[in-house]
Formats: sequence, C-alpha cells, structure tokens
Amino acid sequence: MNRRHGNRQRSRFAWQESLRRTLSPRIWLRRHAQVSLESLGRLSRNRVASLMTAAVIGIALALPAGLYVLLDNLHRLSGSWDGQAGLSVFLKQEISEPAAQQLAGTLQEWPEVANVTFVTAAEALNEFTRHTGFADVIGSLDENPLPAVLLVTPAAGNTGPVAASALQQRLQDLPQTDQAQLDLQWVQRLSAILAIAKRAVLIISCLLALAVLLVVGNTIRLEIQNRREEIVVTKLIGATNGFVRRPFLYSGIWYGIFGASIAWLMVEIGFFILAGPVQRLAGLYQSDFSLETLPVLLLFVLLAGGIALGLLGSWLAVGRHLDDVEPA
Amino acid sequence: MIRFDNVSKRYPGGFEALSNVSLELDYGAMAFLTGHSGAGKSTLLKLIALIERITRGQLYVDGQNVSRISKRRIPYIRRKIGFIFQDHHLLFDRTVFDNVALPLVIAGYRHQEIGRRVRAALDKVGLLSKERLYPITLSGGEQQRVGIARAVVNKPMLLLADEPTGNLDPELSLEIMGLFELFNRVGVSVLIASHDIALIEQLDHPVIGLEHGRITTPAAAIA
Repeated sequence: MNRRHGNRQRSRFAWQESLRRTLSPRIWLRRHAQVSLESLGRLSRNRVASLMTAAVIGIALALPAGLYVLLDNLHRLSGSWDGQAGLSVFLKQEISEPAAQQLAGTLQEWPEVANVTFVTAAEALNEFTRHTGFADVIGSLDENPLPAVLLVTPAAGNTGPVAASALQQRLQDLPQTDQAQLDLQWVQRLSAILAIAKRAVLIISCLLALAVLLVVGNTIRLEIQNRREEIVVTKLIGATNGFVRRPFLYSGIWYGIFGASIAWLMVEIGFFILAGPVQRLAGLYQSDFSLETLPVLLLFVLLAGGIALGLLGSWLAVGRHLDDVEPA
Repeated sequence: MIRFDNVSKRYPGGFEALSNVSLELDYGAMAFLTGHSGAGKSTLLKLIALIERITRGQLYVDGQNVSRISKRRIPYIRRKIGFIFQDHHLLFDRTVFDNVALPLVIAGYRHQEIGRRVRAALDKVGLLSKERLYPITLSGGEQQRVGIARAVVNKPMLLLADEPTGNLDPELSLEIMGLFELFNRVGVSVLIASHDIALIEQLDHPVIGLEHGRITTPAAAIA
C-alpha cells in the first residue's frame, strides 16, 4: 500500500518535471542549439552529397541574383542620363549665325524652356574632331558639314516623356529647324526594355525558387527514408513529432544557408570575371562606369531567401512523409 | 498501473486479436503474459504503449484513460513506459552510450545529468565497460541488456517486455529475468510477454494466460 502511494507521488512529480523541462526557455534554446549542430554534423559526415545538394541550390539562387545585379547595373547606367533630359535642335544650313543667336533668345523666353545653349557649326566641328579623332578626314573637307545646334533644356515641369515630346514637336515645327531630337528617347526605350527584363527575371526567380523547394524537399524525403528505423525507435520511446521533425528542419535551413553562400560566391566570381572587359568598354565610351556587385542588402535577401526556401521545402517534406513513419 | 475494461482490438480486415479482455496490474506488481504465438500477447503490450489503439472498451495507464487519447499526447504517456523488444530495436549507427541516452535526450535532460544516468543504467545491466562500443560488436544477450538499460534509464513507472528472452539460451534468459526482478524490487511495475513456460515456472510471479485473444486464467487482477 505504502509503495503504491509512493509510486503515485513519483508519477505526479515526474509529470511536473517533464512539464518544467518542456517550458523552460533556456532548455528550449539549448535543445535547438544542440539539434542544429547535430544536423550540421550529419551534413558534414555526408560531405560530398550535401555539397552537391547545396551546389544545386546555389546555382538556382545565383541565376536570379546575378541577373538582378546585372539589370541593376544597366539601370544605373541609363539612370545617369535621366536627370539631364535635353533636346538638340539642328538648324538648317542656311540659317546665319546672328539669326540662330536671335532664335536662341526667342526660345529662352518660352515658359517650357529652362535654358538654351547655342553651339555654332564651327564649335560642333571642333568637338566632333576632338571626340572622334577624325581630324585628318575633317581637315580635308572643303566646308563644315555640321549644322549649328541649339541645346534646349526643358523647364522643371516639362521633363516628363509627354511634355518633352510636345516640346520636341513645337521645336520641330519652327521654320528654322532641320531636326529636333529628344536626346533621351533611347534612354527611355532602354528603361522600357529593362522593365520587361525585370519582369522576366522575376518569373525566372519564381521558377528557380520552386526548383529549390523541390530539391530540398526531395533531399529531406530521402533522408527521412534513410532514417526510418531511427524515427520509429525515437517515437517508441516517447519522442514528440516536434522532436522528430526538428533535425530535418535544421537540415533544410543549413542547405539554404550553404546554397545562398555558394550563390553569393558564384555571383562575385562572375562579376569579377566581367569587371575588366566592362571597364574597357566603358573607357571607350569615355565613361567611368564600373560594375557593382551584390550590395550588402541583397546578400541578406539572398541568405534570408535561402533559409526560407530550405525551411519551407523541408517543412513540406516532413509534413508529408513523417506521419507515415509510425511504429507498428 | 494498468487496467483493461472489456477491451477488444480488431485489426483492419476484421481479425479480432483481443476480445473482451479485462485485467488489472497494480502499481509495483510484476506479472507474466503467456500464450501461443498469435494469442494476442504482443497486441496487448502494444495497446498499453499506444502503438496500436483499442477498438472497444476502456484502457487506463497510470490512472489516465488512454482509450481515445489524442495523438499529440501519446509521447508523454510513452515516457512513463520502458518498452523492451525481442529484437531490441537498437540504433546501430551510434554507440551503446548514445543508444541508452536517447530517452533522456528526448526528454530534454542536461548533458551532465544524461552522462550520470546513462552510466548508472549501464552499470545495473553490467555493461559499463562497453559504453563506447557499437551495438553490432556485442553478443545477443548484451544487446538485449543495452535495450533494457535504455528502457529503464529515465526511471519509467512501467516496464513492458515482449519476448525479451526469445533469442537467448536458458542461462542468459534467467539472467535477464533477474534484472527485471531487480527493477521490480525498487517499485517499477513489470509486465513480460513470454511463451517460455519452463522459464516462467522458475520464477514466482502471477501469470496471465491468453488464448485466441481471450484471458484464460481466473484471477485477472494482479496486485
């Protein structure tokens, strides 16, 4: 009788003890730290297989990241012209220099014009010679083939595409004008193309994210199959589903972290290889443009994305396959 | 400790493994469960450990009605029970120490406590010197003792053993039974399924007979 009473009490005590252990945050943290390191250890024991999985994830993440950075650079390139939207008005050959000067004065009065710079035919020729190195050819010409140009800067409210086009039309209609050209037309076309490319990158990113999910999910599914016996035994001796699930979720997280790191490395190496030729090309255009690689923010996005995809992939696999593994 | 009230277990497909079983095992008791293979011994133990669920009747473990307990709470019931299998279910990719430590890891004990308890359990089954070995290098009897150490390491209230001596010679079997008696003496309830009548008769404990899923012995309450 006495022994029976003692047992009941022990039972209650054991129950409270187990509740205390479940709820204590320090124990909770310690457990997670333990499990995450254990998962890491397991991955490092199968180094080649783990590395291959991480590499596949890395490639899938590197593609959208690399494309994004590339687009970002192109955008930056086109953006550097955005602020100085201007129009070039090429005057007819017969317009004399004083007449052109007078026209410049008239245009300066227009409300939609901020500033007019007059470039004489001689100045235009000079600049052309300097920039192109065709001095010999030009020197052999009898007369200056270049027209005089008025460089018109629109007023603050008239730089948008519609207003700038209207202004272009108005300048084109002047009797002295041979051709009025909106300098930014190609920049605008480029940004339109870039906008399309950005959408395309987004679509590719979504598809590759799905690929990462499937890769992680399949890897975890195989791991669950390999460790079936272990899962059954741990469940038999009182492991909760959470306990069984945890190492697999951490495996997914580690895959994500390593995949993102590999992706980052790939992008950096790719841009390192491209940087030299791009700089040479920019030099030919008299630009000091240089490629910028992954900004720190994007590195974090890459890492967070990798972790999220890894976790989600393993979560899906675990949810689908772990319940099937029950002791019988 | 355990109470069966008119419990039946019918497997999908219609086979009734247990019919109207009523029995009671009191706290601190030790009993044997006998019968031919297929009589329902394993099923009865599996019902207690909630590996299988009862189809009809009521089942109480440690005063708690577990007849329709939710899946989420099963692990906590299992932690009160040490289960010993005929094929011992050891994990062969980890050492004896790690195998025995598993229930404590699951329950979230701290590192030093795990070391202390695992060594105490291994000491009781006489395998302290083999903690660093892998189970594959041990003999059948030693593997079974590792299984027992794992079952008792977190001081369960109840030990269930399904043919624990099935693969052992008579001398080793008696040794294993001695271990169970040792744990029973410190207050652990023990229920052992075995068809080894000769072995059971050497030991002085109540015997519950099962035949075709029904209890054949008159006294079904064991204190």
